[in-house]
Amino acid sequence: MPTLLDFRRRVRSVRNTQQITRAMKFVAAAKLRRAQERVFAARPYARQILRVMRSAMARVPQPLHPLMVRRDEERLLVLVLSGDKGLCGAFNANIIRRAAEFLHAHREQQVFVIPIGKKVRDALRKRRVSFLEEYINVSQRVEFAQAQEIARQVMDRYCRAEVDAVYVLYNEFKSVLAQRLVVEKLLPIEPERLAEAAEVSDRAETHPPVPAPRTPLAGAVPVDYLYEQPPEEILARVLERHVETQVFRVLLESAAAEHAARMTAMDSATNNAAELIESLTLHMNKVRQATITKEIIEVVSGAAAPTTT
Amino acid sequence: MTLLPESIELEVVTPERQLVHETVDEVQLPGLRGYLGILPGHAPLISELGVGVLSYRKGNMTRYLSIVHGYAEVLPDRVIVLAAIAERAEEIDVERATRARERAEKRLAGKGADVDWDRATFALQRALVRLQAAARAGTSIPAEEHHAAP
Repeated sequence: MPTLLDFRRRVRSVRNTQQITRAMKFVAAAKLRRAQERVFAARPYARQILRVMRSAMARVPQPLHPLMVRRDEERLLVLVLSGDKGLCGAFNANIIRRAAEFLHAHREQQVFVIPIGKKVRDALRKRRVSFLEEYINVSQRVEFAQAQEIARQVMDRYCRAEVDAVYVLYNEFKSVLAQRLVVEKLLPIEPERLAEAAEVSDRAETHPPVPAPRTPLAGAVPVDYLYEQPPEEILARVLERHVETQVFRVLLESAAAEHAARMTAMDSATNNAAELIESLTLHMNKVRQATITKEIIEVVSGAAAPTTT
Repeated sequence: MTLLPESIELEVVTPERQLVHETVDEVQLPGLRGYLGILPGHAPLISELGVGVLSYRKGNMTRYLSIVHGYAEVLPDRVIVLAAIAERAEEIDVERATRARERAEKRLAGKGADVDWDRATFALQRALVRLQAAARAGTSIPAEEHHAAP
C-alpha cells in the first residue's frame, strides 16, 4: 500500500514533466509559426518559376533536356526526409515505416537512398541500408543554399544516368493536426505533371493566410515573349531552378510538419499529465481519508475499551 | 486601341521571400548581356539575369537591389524578377561584403591547386555587386535632393 508520501512524490514528478512538455509545446508552436511563414513565403517564387518554365517549354518545339529524359526505372534514388529530434509523436516512425515499405516494394530494382534527417538515417542504418550521401541537421534552419546543394547532387547523378528516377518521401504539412506522407517523383521532370502542379499552386494561392491582392496575370493567356536568350538555354536553367525550388519546398514542408507534429504530441502529453495528476490526487486523498478514518476508529475503540471491563 | 499602361508593377521574389511588390515608373535590370531599361508598355520579354544591380524609380526616388542570377519576365504593365539571391541596398552589410571581397581576392591570388576557382569568383562577384548596390544607394540620396532643388 503506497503511503501518502509516495503519492506526493509521484504527483510532483508528473507535474515537473508536465511543465517540460508544456514548454516544449510553446516552443514548437513558435517554431511552427515561423516555419509556416517560410512555406508561404517560398510559394510566389515556385509559382513564377513554374510559369516561366511552362512558357519556355511552349516555345521550344521539342523540349529535350537531360532532366526530362525518361528511362526505364531500373535504378531509383529516393530522398527520405525526417526530423533530427524525437518527441514529435509518430512523425519519424511514420516516415521510417514508409521508407521501409518503399524499399520493400521496389526490391526488384536497385534503390539508392539519401536520408535527410538524423532519425531516418539512424533507423535505416540499423537495417543495413547504405547511403549515397546523408544530410543531417537540415530541418532546424532550412536554407535555400542547402536545398541547392542537395538538388545539384541529385541532378548530377540523374544526368550522368547513374539513376533512372528520383523520388522524395516526406511529410507534407497539411494542417497543424494532420501531416500527410507523400511520395513524389522529382525526376524526370514530366511536362504533363507541371500543368497539374500549376493548378494546384494556383488553388493553394486562393486561401493563403495573408491574401495578396493580385490583378489577373497576363500569363494566364499565352503571351508571345521576346527572348533575350534562346528559349532552350533559358529552359535548361529554369528546369534546374525548378528542381532546386522543389527540394527547397519539400525541406520547408517537412520542417513545418515536424514542428506541427511535435506541438500536437506535446499538447497531448501535457493533457495526459494533467489527467494523471488528477487521478493520483484522488487516490492520495482516498488514502489520506482512509488513514484518518482508521485513526478515529482506533481512538474511539481505545476510548470505548475500559468501559466494557 | 488600348492605352499604354502608365506604371509597372514590380515584383521581386527569391525562394526565401517576396522582396518587392510595388508600383514603379521605371526598372533597370541586370541582364546577362548588359542592362535592360524597362518602361511601362514594354513588349513581353523573358530574360536571364546576371550578377548586378537592379534599380527602380518611383517618382524621383530610386532604389537599388543587388541581384545574383535569376530571370525576369516583362509584361507591358508588370515586371517579375525571380532571383536566386536578392537584397535591398539598405540591408547590405557593407563591412561584411568588403571582408568577403578581400577573402575572395586573396583566394584567387593564392592560385594554389586547392583553390575552388568557380566558387571564389562567384563569391567575389557577389561581394562586388553588394558593394556596388550599397554605394549607389548611398550616393543617390544627395543626388536626388540636388535634382529636386531647382
